[in-house]
Amino acid sequence: MEYDVIVVGAGHAGCEAANAPAKMGLKVLLITSNLKNIADMPCNPSIGGTAKGIVVREIDALGGLMGRVADISHLQIKMLNSGKGPAVKSLRAQGDKVVYPQNMVKELKKLDNLTIEEGMVEDLIVEDNTIKGIITADGRKFKCKTLVLTTGTYLKSKILVGDTHKFEGPHGEESSKHLSDKLRELGFEIQRLKTGTPQRLDPNTVDYTVLEREDGDLTPWTFSFDIEPQYDVNNQVPCYIVYTNENTHKIIMDNLDKSAMYGGYAEGIGPRYCPSIEDKVVRFKDKERHQLFLEPESAYYPDLYLQGFSTSMPVDVQDKMVHSLKGLENVKILKYAYAIEYDAINPLQMYPSEESKIIKNLYTAGQINGTSGYEEAAGQGLIAGINAGLKCLGKEPLILKRNESYIGVLLDDLTTKGTKEPYRLLTSRAEYRLILRHDNADQRLRKYGYEVGTINQEQMDRLNKKLNDINDLINELKEVRVTSKNVTDTIKSAIGKLNKGESLYELLKRPEIKIDYLREYITSNYSDEIFNIVEIQVKYEGYIAKTNKEVERMLKLEEKEIPSDINYDDVKNLASEARQKLKQVLPLTIAQASRISGVNPSDIAVLSVYLKKNYNK
Amino acid sequence: MNENICAISTALGVGAISIIRASGPDVINIVNEICDIDLSSKTSHTISYAHILNNKEVIDEVLIMLMKAPKTFTKEDVIEINSHGGISTTNKILELLLTHGCRLAEPGEFTKKAYLNGRIDLLEAEGINDLIVAETEKSRKLAMNRVEGNLSKLIKKHRKELVSLQAELEVIFDYPDEIEEEISYDKILDGLNNIKNDLDKLVDSYSSSQIIKDGIDVALVGKPNVGKSSILNHLLNEDKAIVTNIAGTTRDIVEGSITLNGIKINLIDTAGIRETDDVVEKIGVDKSKDIINKANLVIFILDNNTELTNDEKELLDSLNDVKKIIFINKNDLDQKIDISNIKEEIVYGNTTTPEGLDNLKNKIIELFNLNELDSNNYNYLTNARELSLVKQAVEHITDAIKNTKDELPFEIIADDIKVTYELLGEVIGETYTEDLLDEIFTKFCVGK
Repeated sequence: MEYDVIVVGAGHAGCEAANAPAKMGLKVLLITSNLKNIADMPCNPSIGGTAKGIVVREIDALGGLMGRVADISHLQIKMLNSGKGPAVKSLRAQGDKVVYPQNMVKELKKLDNLTIEEGMVEDLIVEDNTIKGIITADGRKFKCKTLVLTTGTYLKSKILVGDTHKFEGPHGEESSKHLSDKLRELGFEIQRLKTGTPQRLDPNTVDYTVLEREDGDLTPWTFSFDIEPQYDVNNQVPCYIVYTNENTHKIIMDNLDKSAMYGGYAEGIGPRYCPSIEDKVVRFKDKERHQLFLEPESAYYPDLYLQGFSTSMPVDVQDKMVHSLKGLENVKILKYAYAIEYDAINPLQMYPSEESKIIKNLYTAGQINGTSGYEEAAGQGLIAGINAGLKCLGKEPLILKRNESYIGVLLDDLTTKGTKEPYRLLTSRAEYRLILRHDNADQRLRKYGYEVGTINQEQMDRLNKKLNDINDLINELKEVRVTSKNVTDTIKSAIGKLNKGESLYELLKRPEIKIDYLREYITSNYSDEIFNIVEIQVKYEGYIAKTNKEVERMLKLEEKEIPSDINYDDVKNLASEARQKLKQVLPLTIAQASRISGVNPSDIAVLSVYLKKNYNK
Repeated sequence: MNENICAISTALGVGAISIIRASGPDVINIVNEICDIDLSSKTSHTISYAHILNNKEVIDEVLIMLMKAPKTFTKEDVIEINSHGGISTTNKILELLLTHGCRLAEPGEFTKKAYLNGRIDLLEAEGINDLIVAETEKSRKLAMNRVEGNLSKLIKKHRKELVSLQAELEVIFDYPDEIEEEISYDKILDGLNNIKNDLDKLVDSYSSSQIIKDGIDVALVGKPNVGKSSILNHLLNEDKAIVTNIAGTTRDIVEGSITLNGIKINLIDTAGIRETDDVVEKIGVDKSKDIINKANLVIFILDNNTELTNDEKELLDSLNDVKKIIFINKNDLDQKIDISNIKEEIVYGNTTTPEGLDNLKNKIIELFNLNELDSNNYNYLTNARELSLVKQAVEHITDAIKNTKDELPFEIIADDIKVTYELLGEVIGETYTEDLLDEIFTKFCVGK
């Protein structure tokens, strides 16, 4: 029997990669080394966060599962960066590590075309540089038209605590020993990456009286555009803030040689932006204290995650470090912090569709591509799943642009620049972020989901109604005028005297005016969501227009395609570094070529001339 | 870059020596074939004595300067042959290079190679172009300043400051939990204002740089026979313009240049302004009006010995918004002119004594601050491309400053900072855009 799509690994990437083609009507197999670990959250309990929260909404807009599952599986949810601007706002939920996987499995079981199997994949069947199937450690063979590899940290994973290490996965499970060798044999460049996770603590041994409490928002939120909030805003589980102090820093400095990273026991490269506590203390010597968070992991087992304290120090030093923290003097450590090393491929060997440049019909998604984070993994899994499905159907792949989504930014970065450390999305990576907002993810992307078949008619109708409402409200704002006769006290106190009559629309453009001040002038009924979206669209209209102008400039270059049969050795006058990079990346457009580091404007000029001469582009 | 190019680098003519320059991957072998020494065995950046040979015949006794890649102007192997300066010898050596595998370089092609090979940035490349065409010492220094990358340095410095400001904002968006103390609006404002001041200066510098590069166009205007041409001739010390006593003979625009404080002053004589039916003269008059509009300065010459005519009064009114000097000529004759309606400061003089003309020159120096134009210590924008980019950058940074004062969300401020950063990058060719590409095409004729 042959599957259309086989997905190896059932983490956050794997679940989305299996869901998408199954929704598209294709026959899908999801194979995992451990059925109990589907949608496992081995590290942080949170889903979303800056930039990542927007990714979760994009996943939902494209028919993915992460948002809707998180919405019914969290202990607390809040909007970050509320006062910092419209586009840097982002939702973050504290997921329940027991409930989230359960709900994910329920969603997967709803899919008729999906089969789930347990098995450790150790070999690939490849003919004529095309993937044909997989072989498990116990010798079972499964045939497929397309394959998505989402192996996470399980390729030759190694756990490090201080100077001790073990070859195993995050929960002490078996890791894949041969698959990365097979990939290397096929021509994949394998790199070694490292990530870490902090201590888990017993909540009953914490002195909460000396800690600052962090609650969820009293405004109800959902990631998903399709479901209403189903939780009690007054009954959320709090987090707590803990600070490091001079004593903590001294313990760390005194024991630096014992850290796996500093002691030279680890070979993998860790992320700059998610540094271990020893990194932070060494790098920011002047900082008197660092902020840490105590986050609940589940309502079903007592366990707190000490966010911000990841380390690869030996356990005795960790004991001292944790106990030096105010409020945690007598805390019981349930699990020590550890670092994990694993094999990943070089994402430059993959197209933006996530198909391999080496092996046809083979896709990769998540940590195997060098990324970090559940959301980054899920976003890639979704696109890999959709594109594997489209390939089976003989259709062109879905490639999201940088001006359309964070997922597009992520894939363009990975396939254009590559990565030497686990890649995490940041709002600062998105140059057009003003139009990549959490509130408009459905407006940006749902149409694509509908086209490929992961979004149904009912979901599309919901979007169309929303668009109509937005339009109607904007028209109403333009029609209704405020004069000295009907001006409210709220408006008067915000802007002083109203010199001449102004439409609500004009008023809303003033920095001092919030849309809430104008609601009493509006006669039709709109949801809070519609008011919020319209407020952003009107208030920042000028800035959004500016961004759109920038986008146009970029798209002009994006239209200049580079033919796939180009021979860079024929292009005279390219700098040798540029030539080598271009050969490796094989950019699809001049715009992508111009983003490759090491390719200078002069190389682009030379390349453009060559294209004009030889292809008349 | 695969092609070997060569050209005569010194001005062709009779001089003590000529320099023939060649650049490319094979130039060492090529020159080896036409001389009696083996350059491949020589150390880089040394000068060797040799003979240039055509088969066995000695063409010239030369010094060969060998500069091996990559530490050369073009980042390729470069050879400069210092030969004796005769035209035929120099041409013969060039011809030998051409027959042995070099191609004749296009104008500016060495610079183009330097740019394309990443040896210099766009600003520096443009500077070199300016250097080649520089006519006065000041404009040469200005160009040199750019070649040395001083403008690039200033812009790089500000880009660094912009990035660091932006980083302080971005870190808040990306790590809201970890930032205990956010950057203040006041600090952003300080940083932005500093940069804006410098950018404003750069925009202002454009007119100064135009003056340094192209000089000041000065139009001499006055009724026929008022003495325009003789003043011009005295300034130029030569008989370039035809001076007669018959009104209306100076029909053609006569140009000549003098240098004041190192700045080129282009003197332009205009036909007498007078309503006329004479077709030939009419063309001259129209052209004069055109020149007045384009000139940087108008010297309006009046006759001390005659009363103001209606034409002159009219012209005086029409020059209201123009930078001008009123010069009253023939002050050695009786004053018949009524100056009560002239508000501007007047310079008096005549063509028989030098004082009045010296005063005229001093007035020009004063009007254009020529004493303060200093190409050593100041960075100037010298072309329209840079001016337009820096102006756009100023618009964005002005928005950012306004939004900071209004205490708008950080994100909105960060956006304008980012665009300012990119526009400045475009000035020095570090940001790639379609416009930059067009610029490169026109500047270096890439692909021809």
